[in-house]
Amino acid sequence: MYRLTYRRPHDLAEASHILTEEPDAKALAGGMTLLPSLKQRLLQVASLVDITQIEGLSEIEIKADCLKIGALATHDTVARSPAIQGSIPALAYLAGVIGDSQVRNCGTIGGSVANNDPAADYPAAVLALGGRVVTNHRAIEAEDFFHGLFSTALVQGEIVTALEFPIPRAAGYAKLPNPASRYATVGVFVIQSANETRVGVTGAATGVFRWADAETKLASTFDKNAIAGLRLDPTDLNSDIHASSDYRAHVAGVMLEQAVTQAIHNTKLA
Amino acid sequence: MPLKISLRINDTQTTADIPDERLLVDFLRDDLGLTGTHIGCDTSQCGACTIHLNGKAVKSCTILAAQADGQDIRTIEGLAENNKLHPMQAAFREHHGLQCGFCTPGMIMSSLDLLARNANPSEADVRSWLKGNFCRCTGYQNIVAAVLACAAELRQDGHHSRQS
Repeated sequence: MYRLTYRRPHDLAEASHILTEEPDAKALAGGMTLLPSLKQRLLQVASLVDITQIEGLSEIEIKADCLKIGALATHDTVARSPAIQGSIPALAYLAGVIGDSQVRNCGTIGGSVANNDPAADYPAAVLALGGRVVTNHRAIEAEDFFHGLFSTALVQGEIVTALEFPIPRAAGYAKLPNPASRYATVGVFVIQSANETRVGVTGAATGVFRWADAETKLASTFDKNAIAGLRLDPTDLNSDIHASSDYRAHVAGVMLEQAVTQAIHNTKLA
Repeated sequence: MPLKISLRINDTQTTADIPDERLLVDFLRDDLGLTGTHIGCDTSQCGACTIHLNGKAVKSCTILAAQADGQDIRTIEGLAENNKLHPMQAAFREHHGLQCGFCTPGMIMSSLDLLARNANPSEADVRSWLKGNFCRCTGYQNIVAAVLACAAELRQDGHHSRQS
């Protein structure tokens, strides 16, 4: 690890000030991607701005038809929260299959979304649910937030403070995890609300995206027969030592079926 | 300029001056001599460095010592009481839950976090929970047997397992 300066600001204003004034400073939350990158010298920063001691950033609340999760809520907290299990069980399930138990004890929803790893789980949920990313400056719609491959709409000094999700009628998530890293080889999050059906796909391409074909078919009939045999177009999909683009195109269809089955199952339980 | 940190480690308040970028695992091993916590990889995947931070299992190779300032830490050295092995340690010995022993401290610290949440885990629960701990000797069979045996023993004794 290269030399760096560790900072622990007491409030958001101070954290934002440091991140604005020092271009080579980076915010540190759970650190589950940031610290491994620093350890391996894939990344160098002048300062780490530890935001985990700032009060009020990990609350979970439901207001009207909206679930709000503080940015510092860990994956473990999200997985085990009765409020989330009761409102969007697929989101609690997703959090419980991220990485491993030690990662879930540290990693945060805000950190994962801000990092926008192309194979991370949360971006698929944020996009499919039509979520909003709340920062110290504004609220950003999911459609406008993710810019592909580790890139987002966040500007210098901007810190994710919470995620807001409209509560859908039904939602499901399924992923094929890479057996070593447990990132999604392909992950599919599907939702049905009163006026739309949305499908978010992660792991398959350079960034999270919506699957228009699947949305159209599920909008007419929300069951797995409607999407039987559907696969992604492999043209723009990732191909690497873990999975070819053809394989990912196929697996996306399988994950879609599983996600729809889970969504219907969740609805019956509710 | 070194950073001053003060934290509780195995029930003892500890103060130290450290470089800002010092990893917690290096602080524990090299500065404090607590070498029971192991480093098995450089990629944050193997779990041999697992310790308890405020009672929860975390990888000490993926947290800065600075982040642990003001927090409560327990390592494998802090489990035995009066030279008597913790029931989880005893179960690993009884069930041959180790061969070379390198992954064992991490396996034990991680398993204790599971039992703190779920006193009666299934075999599938144990296997799923230990995805973040690699063993390259045992094939996991006896590790899982040890964790299940320890859980059963603690339930029978009504023993309050010692946690951070």
